[in-house]
Amino acid sequence: MFRPSIDSSAAHRPREGSAWGWMPDLLSRIAADRSDGAFRRLFEEFGPQIRHYMIRHGADAATAEELAQETLLAVWRKAALYSAAKGTPATWMYSIARNLRIDRLRREICWQELSDEVAEATASEDAAPEDTASERQRQQRVHAVLAALPGEQREVVTAAFIDGLSQSEIAARLALPLGTVKSRLRLAYQKVRAALEDLK
Amino acid sequence: MSTMISRHLDDATLMSFAAGALSEPLAAAVSAHVSMCAQCRDQVRDMTLIGASLLGTAPASSGPVSARAKPRGPMDGCAQPPRREHASELPAPIARKYALTLEGIDWTRLGPGVWRHRLPLSPGAQGELYLIKLTPGCRLPLHGHAGAELTLVLTGAFSDETGEYRRGDVQEVDAGTEHQPVGDPDEGCICLIAAEGPYLLKG
Repeated sequence: MFRPSIDSSAAHRPREGSAWGWMPDLLSRIAADRSDGAFRRLFEEFGPQIRHYMIRHGADAATAEELAQETLLAVWRKAALYSAAKGTPATWMYSIARNLRIDRLRREICWQELSDEVAEATASEDAAPEDTASERQRQQRVHAVLAALPGEQREVVTAAFIDGLSQSEIAARLALPLGTVKSRLRLAYQKVRAALEDLK
Repeated sequence: MSTMISRHLDDATLMSFAAGALSEPLAAAVSAHVSMCAQCRDQVRDMTLIGASLLGTAPASSGPVSARAKPRGPMDGCAQPPRREHASELPAPIARKYALTLEGIDWTRLGPGVWRHRLPLSPGAQGELYLIKLTPGCRLPLHGHAGAELTLVLTGAFSDETGEYRRGDVQEVDAGTEHQPVGDPDEGCICLIAAEGPYLLKG
């Protein structure tokens, strides 16, 4: 199967003033705006990124297009069904795309639940939902942590989350011991956790 | 149910799970532990934010993706299989995917006090997923692994060189490690085991 080179991971360096700066806001607005214009904009703004993600995982052009459409259609439907408190449109988008990739491209059973299913399963303990602002704040903090991550950690995190490589595949690609791949994943997560600590 | 869990998954394993980068059997065992463990569930939720952030800054292919017709009328959301509740101590993801209850398992005897039930994987998937039952005081043969192995306790407890594991606890073992779990002397145990590579029996 086609395996993209992860040498291009420098291209994933979060850019200030990039699309990400407004992505959660735009997705939230689309979630609230049910007009034809908002629907078209969703596909224009986010379609190419999801299609590229699928192509990196070996999808041909037609399949990648179809999976991008399917992801965004699901985002559109979910946005109407769930309040923004149950996860954000950006995390739905990622988790829907990831699950479709596992199901359709790897043709394996997908064991990851979609973010809103997890939220539903855990919502009963506390009736008061997190407000939208706090979810958006969480995303902004994660974005800031990723932007400041040392290159060697970002390289490994991107290889996992965007290229979908297993730890041993990353170790082979980067000629690193498996233990080093694991410790870089742990270090990156520890920074994310520290940044979110006071939002719990 | 989750308050007693004392042995959790490695952060690196949870990161790979959130990324969709674990092999199918390991992902199954992680999802089973996560369904029993609020702490790991919260971690996976935060890790998914990492994926969302990276996808937002990933390169895009050129040209717009054409929008299908905008859906009209009430939608039922993303098509998901209907949830079926099973009166079982099996973790929900396993009970649901395999339509299985603990009471309904068709065990195959492997040796004295050791029983196994293999759970089928997708045709191309690497590794193995199975349930194992140890009757009180019985032990698995000493074995090593060709790849990582996860063992999640579903009922009872087991212990080995590294200590005791109870319901919800998970043990991660790397390639090359040898161990010999023993079922709790009073309760025995039932475990979900996911292995990346074949099980290597010693002499």
